[in-house]
Amino acid sequence: MKSSSTIFLAAFIALSASWAAFVLVPQIQLGRADQAKTVPAEDKYPVARAGLAAQGAEVYRSLGCVYCHSQQVGQQGVKVEVVLFDAGTNTSTTLAAIAKVNPEINKPETITGLPKEIARVADIAASDALVKAVTAVGGKVEVNVIPTGSDISRGWGKRRTVAQDYIYDSVVQPGTRRAGPDLANVGSRLADPNWQLNHLYAPKSVLKDSVMPSYRFLFEKRKIGKVASAEALKLTGDSAPAAGFEIVPTDKARQLVAYLLSLRSDAPLFESPVTPPPAPAPSTNTVAAK
Amino acid sequence: MTATSTPSPKQIDSSCRLPLFTLFSGAAVWLVMSCVFGIAASMTFHKPDIFAECTVGTYGRAYPAWSHLLVYGFAIPSGLGVGLWLLARLGRVEVAKPFVISIGAKLWHAGVLVGLVGIMNGQTSGYEWFELPRYAAVILLLAFMLMAIWAFVTYSRRNEESLYPSQWFTLASLFWFPWIFSTTILLLQFFPVRGVVQSSVAWWFAGNLLNVWLTLSGLAATFYLLPKLTNRPLQSHYLALFVFWTVLIFGTWTGIPMHSPLPAWMSTLSSAAAVMMIVPMLALASVVFLTTIGAKTACGGGLLCFSKFGVLSFNLATLAAAIAACPAIARITDFTWFNHGHTTLRLYGFFAMTMFAAIYYILPKVSGVEICPRRIKGHFWVAMPGALLLAVPMIIGGIKQGLKLADMSAPFLDSTKVAMLGFRIGTLGEVLIAIGALIFLANVLLSIISHYRVIAKSAIADATAKQPTEVRL
Repeated sequence: MKSSSTIFLAAFIALSASWAAFVLVPQIQLGRADQAKTVPAEDKYPVARAGLAAQGAEVYRSLGCVYCHSQQVGQQGVKVEVVLFDAGTNTSTTLAAIAKVNPEINKPETITGLPKEIARVADIAASDALVKAVTAVGGKVEVNVIPTGSDISRGWGKRRTVAQDYIYDSVVQPGTRRAGPDLANVGSRLADPNWQLNHLYAPKSVLKDSVMPSYRFLFEKRKIGKVASAEALKLTGDSAPAAGFEIVPTDKARQLVAYLLSLRSDAPLFESPVTPPPAPAPSTNTVAAK
Repeated sequence: MTATSTPSPKQIDSSCRLPLFTLFSGAAVWLVMSCVFGIAASMTFHKPDIFAECTVGTYGRAYPAWSHLLVYGFAIPSGLGVGLWLLARLGRVEVAKPFVISIGAKLWHAGVLVGLVGIMNGQTSGYEWFELPRYAAVILLLAFMLMAIWAFVTYSRRNEESLYPSQWFTLASLFWFPWIFSTTILLLQFFPVRGVVQSSVAWWFAGNLLNVWLTLSGLAATFYLLPKLTNRPLQSHYLALFVFWTVLIFGTWTGIPMHSPLPAWMSTLSSAAAVMMIVPMLALASVVFLTTIGAKTACGGGLLCFSKFGVLSFNLATLAAAIAACPAIARITDFTWFNHGHTTLRLYGFFAMTMFAAIYYILPKVSGVEICPRRIKGHFWVAMPGALLLAVPMIIGGIKQGLKLADMSAPFLDSTKVAMLGFRIGTLGEVLIAIGALIFLANVLLSIISHYRVIAKSAIADATAKQPTEVRL
């Protein structure tokens, strides 16, 4: 290589290619994403965080929670359950129809004690044949799409997380490490604010083997006045303060908990379906105000 | 500077003195500081509640302080210093505006300090490898531009027309950093993009910083040092050129992890690129093998050891990253300490060791004072095991952790427990690296101090010697 212009040209071409792909194209593809509708309820999703939860996102960022906690759920596939609600008037034709698609379940007891799961198939296309066969003879079936994978079986989420889940987050912190569990749905998994506060103050008091550091600096230890504070943590054992003292969460602790409780990304979306749909999220501000 | 008056190597070295002293001494101080935070962070895995009352030491602040100081405090200034000297020496030209460059270096160090204070106060940006708050980021960008512009001017005034591979690598690194850094500042901190596009930008930046910038800057030094230390010509320029092209072409696409909420095509591209990085890795291995084979120089913990260990670590880290990019393996290793392990190997094993070699090679020339070889050997024999003890247990622990995470029947806490042993060994590695960093700091500062002491001594000698002759006359 003789001239410096070749070096700069090489660097320019290489870098601009990856810049275009990883900065420009995502911006075009996702940069203007807006609320989507959930399936089938047609609610708007996601809703921007407000109040304490929005402030708590800043606390989450400033304490570097992302270095140990991811906020993204992976999914390896889906299983499709076909649930029979009504076998129709002529049960033997229904049974014959089911048997045609899936000979393994050709037993009379299949269609007793409804509603009942009658088949589990690998994808929606396979379930369609069964649905068609049963509805053709007057039966009624429902198809449940259940995402699968180790994250989901750990209860970290009902479905994988998708770009839509993050459109109102800033800073977006999907995380790359799981020294602690995933938090994408911690608000629906561990929805008790008192549990969350105790866990932040003394992780081992609620989870014996926890390796999470304690965040005592988010709490204030003070002498009990005439009346004990209603907000004081209810602690027992080693973590309880000395007699006459109480542990009260600071604003930062309450903001952080409000944020954690607002973390839910389980709305069923067209691109990431979950049926039957999970219960709707409670308002984050009512939870946080407790 | 005209083409007719080519300065001697000594003149060139002394023109580098001011900026290099500033860059290297600051880098050494930040390296020691980063080790302090690194040890604080790893203490959390021994005793989780150790910093329960202390916001500064809490893991989520000590860890970003460690990575901020290691990358922005140590790696970039030392890489810039070495690159500047290479451009001057290979171009047979004195450094342009050394005073301005040293102002830029001071500004850079000030920016690192401001960033550290920001992180300690909880103003971290929240993106891995880009922790600094935006006011600090702007200072760093300005400081880099100030240094890079005069480094480029130095290059363009060169008296030696033909180019050596180290110059390509250095020039590309000078071009690379402002682009990726300014894009990231603008799109994450001034006009934040929406949703996961932020993650995409942040990962693109981190991939380019760790896999391209560090590689360019480190290999610039390696390709200069290996022939010098072995007294053999570089084998060969064509292979080095091939390494250059492939690092640029493939390295820039790495960065997006396999598991992310981004569209799948992005992580697929990144994984393919991480696998393709095996190509420059093999080319580099052959350059090093062909250049050093048959060399009469014994290694024995000297500069050649630092440099060779750097190349070995680069190859191991690149190989580990390539393996972890295969989807079946990424399912196990993503979200574990595996990726952090090979990144640490890249930072401490490859980049830091290469920089130590380069700085120990350059500093005596610039200061005119030899560094005691025993202290260099001492540094190698703590830093090398330190880097391995930090990275390897984390890689192994990461695999164990990943197997437990993927096992749906194992409770989550099992996955943290199996990785714990790796961390505890890793703390030992971190301590060894810290001892090495202290030796490095001592070596750098002693060189600088003895340089000024020699000057002061000769000035005093001059002053006292002149008087009697004047009297006699």
